[in-house]
Amino acid sequence: MKILVCISQVPDTTSKIRFIDDNKHFNTEGIQYIINPYDELALSRAVEIEGADITVINVGKADTEASLRKALAVGAAKAIRVDAEPRDAWFVAHQIAEYVKNNPFDLILCGKESIDYNGAQVPAMIAGLLDFPSVSICRKLDLEDGKALIEQEIEGGKEVLSADLPLVIGAAEGIAEVKIPNMRGIMSARSKPLETIEPIDVPQLSHIESYESPQPREAVTLIEANNLDELIAQLHNKSKVI
Amino acid sequence: MSVLVYTEHREGVFSKTAFEAVSYGKALAEQLNTNLTALSIGNVEESELKKLGQYGADKVLTTSHEKLSDFVNQAYAAVIYEAAKQEDAEYIVLSNSFSGKGLAPRVATKLKAALADGVTELGKIEGGTFSVKKSVFSNKAFATDVLTSPIKVISVVPNSISIKESLTDVDVESFSPELPENAFSVLVKEVIRDTGKVSLPEASIIVSAGRGLKGPENWQMIEDLAEVLGAATACSKPVSDAGWRPHAEHVGQTGIAVSPDLYIAIGISGAIQHLAGVSSSKVIVVINKDPEAPFFKVADYGIVGDAFEIVPKLTEALKAFKS
Ligand SMILES: Cc1cc2nc3c(=O)[nH]c(=O)nc-3n(C[C@H](O)[C@H](O)[C@H](O)COP(=O)(O)OP(=O)(O)OC[C@H]3O[C@@H](n4cnc5c(N)ncnc54)[C@H](O)[C@@H]3O)c2cc1C
Ligand SMILES: Nc1ncnc2c1ncn2[C@@H]1O[C@H](COP(=O)(O)O)[C@@H](O)[C@H]1O
Repeated sequence: MKILVCISQVPDTTSKIRFIDDNKHFNTEGIQYIINPYDELALSRAVEIEGADITVINVGKADTEASLRKALAVGAAKAIRVDAEPRDAWFVAHQIAEYVKNNPFDLILCGKESIDYNGAQVPAMIAGLLDFPSVSICRKLDLEDGKALIEQEIEGGKEVLSADLPLVIGAAEGIAEVKIPNMRGIMSARSKPLETIEPIDVPQLSHIESYESPQPREAVTLIEANNLDELIAQLHNKSKVI
Repeated sequence: MSVLVYTEHREGVFSKTAFEAVSYGKALAEQLNTNLTALSIGNVEESELKKLGQYGADKVLTTSHEKLSDFVNQAYAAVIYEAAKQEDAEYIVLSNSFSGKGLAPRVATKLKAALADGVTELGKIEGGTFSVKKSVFSNKAFATDVLTSPIKVISVVPNSISIKESLTDVDVESFSPELPENAFSVLVKEVIRDTGKVSLPEASIIVSAGRGLKGPENWQMIEDLAEVLGAATACSKPVSDAGWRPHAEHVGQTGIAVSPDLYIAIGISGAIQHLAGVSSSKVIVVINKDPEAPFFKVADYGIVGDAFEIVPKLTEALKAFKS
């Protein structure tokens, strides 16, 4: 079973998000990067699958190599880095789809979304470009007789799906426990291949013009614990939410 | 040229998000001085379809091929693509619901269209470009996205666009596109619904609780409070990690991002990752025994005290208020 896991690198979840150059760019100063938490789940599920031959792929510049080495330490056999700034989901999905066209896989595991741009776009775009089926919010994945058995989250419940391979998946919590690399993994990762490939040209359809931070909220109104009617009155009369 | 809105329904009934999407599409169509077509896939009665006219749809396309009775994103994307072609749609609007998230990128790839996801406001049309604000970095910031492709796909965050009535004489037309054979390689075997519960992303009120509740056995008071308010229930990450509550209730940066009218946080400290997913709530009420809890910094109303005393009292007070 050949599995491709798509890894993106995102600011650590405790990061303060600030902008520079007239709010045109994200301020990366002092930002620590981590593997996108959902991609960690995807990778953790992949290494549990018996007989899995796992490749990880990232579209990014050289600063993502530490994340790719970590993925190798967790259990991937090989890493690919498409050497380009991940401009947007459209660009990233084209790079990954192109790689898959030339190197077939049975399963393409992504995170359900990246926590920086939260687009949840890349997985379904890859699937769209390759005309593969896709499942966006996968909480459980089993493989049986050449098919995938999946539990997907839907509004107000879940559904059980059976899907043909090749298939693209967006991994969500529940799919696996996060695996932390052990010493042996870290040692062996050093000698595993990390290949760099050139991006293909993709026409740009959109761009981000500027960023802004959310408006700060007004100071909290404290209400006494024995005066709950006051809270209800405020919510009803002033905020008009109940 | 036209605007096309894909309207989601659940077992034949349109949800609020469908009307939000139609209201959004109507605002675009007015700016562009063009028609608004709504597309419904699967079995929906004519009387229900006509409701889309109340929010400004000029025409409703309905397709109820039996193969389309279950949502399969590949197949639904193919239908939306065909409808977009037929209607010569320049803008395609859908809801950024769970299913919408799997659908919008596929529709965009088929149409070679730019996709603005997570949109929370009406954008600006200038000639052939569309610029719009959307949330990024798990609600820690907003970005203005400029779409320059001829066709644009917009996915609207549930609960962020107000529904606007705009009575229109609506035509219902049946639509039967070719369905590609390979679009059905995902089979829905079973759908399990949490009956009688309000779904989290669509909820206008959310009652959420954290580790301060000590254990899963104490959730009844949260359920009771949610019930009087007609609210959905949610929780912090450690609570779902510990298996006290299902993963589907976990909100935050690595859970579900929500933007209800009212978010009530009980026994949740307000860690940055939790706040990221809830900070776009219109009103936040925090109940915490620690006056220093970071959540109070972003709350509109705060009560310092023991949840085990306050929550049941609040439920009683609300019952009295409602009756
Ligand atoms: C990569 C990463 C991603 C994360 N993503 C998320 C996420 O998406 N969502 C999320 O929620 N967390 C997330 N976290 C975890 C986050 O950092 C916090 O650990 C978590 O939010 C804390 O949950 P809590 O507030 O329920 O528990 P605690 O921090 O333990 O807080 C419990 C609170 O309850 C109060 N309390 C105790 N007893 C009572 C009582 N009787 N009455 C009233 N109040 C009481 C306490 O004063 C305290 O403030 C993430 C962490 C990491 C590292
Ligand atoms: N630059 C990237 N390189 C590789 N995979 C990516 C990249 N960006 C996003 N992905 C994958 O696509 C998923 C969804 O990302 P997004 O569409 O940005 O929310 C992520 O969880 C990753 O699995």
